[in-house]
Amino acid sequence: MNSPQDSSVVGSAPKVSWREALSQNAGAYVGLILPLIIIALLTIWPTVTGKDITRESIFTIMLSIALASSLNILLGYTGYVSFGHVVFFGLGGYVGFYLMAVQGWSLWPAMAMGGLAAGLLAFLLGKAILRLRGGYFALATIGVNEAMRAFINNFEPFGGPVGMTLNFQVYRDYGGAAQALRMTFYILAAITFIVILVSYFVRMSKFGLGLLAIREDEDAAEVMGVVAPSAKTWAYVLSAIFPGILGVLFFFKNGSIEPVPAFRLNFSIEMIVMVMLGGQGTVLGPILGGIGYQSLRGYLLTSPLFKNIQLAVAGVLLLVIVLFVPAGVVGWLRNRFPVLRRILQ
Amino acid sequence: MILQLEGVSKNFGGLRALSDVTFDLPEGQILGLIGPNGAGKTTLFNCISGVYTPTEGRVIFRGQEVTGHKPYDMAKAGMARTHQIVRPLNELTVRENVIVGSCFGREGNGLTAAGRIADEVLKFVGLDGRRDQLAGSLNVGQKKRLEMARALAARPYLLLLDEVLAGLNPSEIGHMVEIVRNIRDQGVTIIMIEHVMKAVMSVSDRLVVLDYGRQIAEGTPQVVANDPQVIEAYLGDPDLALRLMRDQARSQEST
Ligand SMILES: Nc1ncnc2c1ncn2[C@@H]1O[C@H](COP(=O)(O)OP(=O)(O)OP(=O)(O)O)[C@@H](O)[C@H]1O
Ligand SMILES: [Mg+2]
Repeated sequence: MNSPQDSSVVGSAPKVSWREALSQNAGAYVGLILPLIIIALLTIWPTVTGKDITRESIFTIMLSIALASSLNILLGYTGYVSFGHVVFFGLGGYVGFYLMAVQGWSLWPAMAMGGLAAGLLAFLLGKAILRLRGGYFALATIGVNEAMRAFINNFEPFGGPVGMTLNFQVYRDYGGAAQALRMTFYILAAITFIVILVSYFVRMSKFGLGLLAIREDEDAAEVMGVVAPSAKTWAYVLSAIFPGILGVLFFFKNGSIEPVPAFRLNFSIEMIVMVMLGGQGTVLGPILGGIGYQSLRGYLLTSPLFKNIQLAVAGVLLLVIVLFVPAGVVGWLRNRFPVLRRILQ
Repeated sequence: MILQLEGVSKNFGGLRALSDVTFDLPEGQILGLIGPNGAGKTTLFNCISGVYTPTEGRVIFRGQEVTGHKPYDMAKAGMARTHQIVRPLNELTVRENVIVGSCFGREGNGLTAAGRIADEVLKFVGLDGRRDQLAGSLNVGQKKRLEMARALAARPYLLLLDEVLAGLNPSEIGHMVEIVRNIRDQGVTIIMIEHVMKAVMSVSDRLVVLDYGRQIAEGTPQVVANDPQVIEAYLGDPDLALRLMRDQARSQEST
């Protein structure tokens, strides 16, 4: 025990030299290297191979990475399992699609509105259902998704059960269909890049530490001063905005939108599998999880035996992860090789 | 007065866990809160720190009525506590646990300043060698010290300690008592729930005794140890009663 007299525990906050702050910050970016390299490689891969089909499969992978990373802010950092996260993708997609198809907006502002709509829904929902813990919250999110689908199904301005289609002419503004297709890929790459940055800076911030504390023990966190209700709500909003934006981009590329594909619960479950597979609560985890899961799924789709049971495979996979490697690939590596921790954030 | 309780009561359904608890706590003192198992001590902490809302009565902290405020409001206002049953943030490191205390407590420090404070406090409680270990991997004694470190990192005005000595060996108890005294000497007011009679008698400026939720005695350790009602309350616990009476006999010899 060293002498406590000389180190006042209740004095004022110590000053931090700028030099120290700088070196700590430089070290803090190490964990970004791997995620950004992976995203960069994925982005240039289609150009390298020069095949449109590669771009299509990488589009799917990158969309998965961006969605899984968004969900991770809530699921991995905050510890709240949102089973109905696809509701933000669907709602954002619908709002943006409506603005483009019916109101004649262009893609950019439509994407912004899609993100805004999703964020707003999360904000309002957060006040109501984030009070629920554990399984009750998860159930409530499923209920929200189903209710939203039922509502849109009967909402005539959005085309009811038939949905909406984009006039093919729309793509002319972007230099033709082929050009628009290429453009959506690079927009997706840019958004994915931003999602990773947001995920990383949240993870490294004081706000993120509060979220981790909530995940570990919400009551203890509140006793230590973490304002859990608002922290949870903002985590939920953050995790909803990007799916909203991505929904607009996805359905713009798709050319049409319908209630069933927009609010497909399976898609939510797949997002959870990706986060868990790669490692919940880490920045790199959802990236590896997205790549891993989509590669597996691509393989299953081409094999006639598994084609019809791919969701069952996802379910079994989730079960195996939860039972045997709950920390996911990245979490397992971090525990196994502590020296890698700085790189594997 | 840093803390005033006015007729604080708490019911759990039909059970009256606290009944009309009233006392004032001057700044800079150590108040010992004792009483047999189930007397309502932890419940009183929960009512003070905002975990429970009292069924009746008022809690006044630093001149402000705070009855029914949320735990995080109390933390920001300058109150910190430890838990009788430790609640480490298991998947975070020891250091990160303490940083949480500093970031979200009274001072609301940024991460870098909080890191500095965490290092200081961890040294103070003797956990500096384990700062990068996951909190879940500590043993119970270390987890108790982690609870203490987290609370201290908030630099509170009032510190609520719920049985920090329980489960420690005699030399660890000595250390912890030293730590508690040092904290008080730095100007922090402390309420300490304790079953280790010798320690709480020696360290407290004043004692409050609870029994079945009622406040049956209050005063200096001397006065309380000689209170027949207190001795009777502890008769349910022969071991404690014996120790109390021994203390009483000793203090009578010396007068
Ligand atoms: N959340 C709760 N719901 C119902 N009853 C409770 C609750 N918390 C405490 N009690 C009851 O209130 C009474 C007082 O409990 P409390 O934990 O405050 O006692 P204590 O003095 O801290 O005891 P110990 O010395 O064993 O820690 C007990 O009878 C307990 O069972
Ligand atoms: Mg207790």
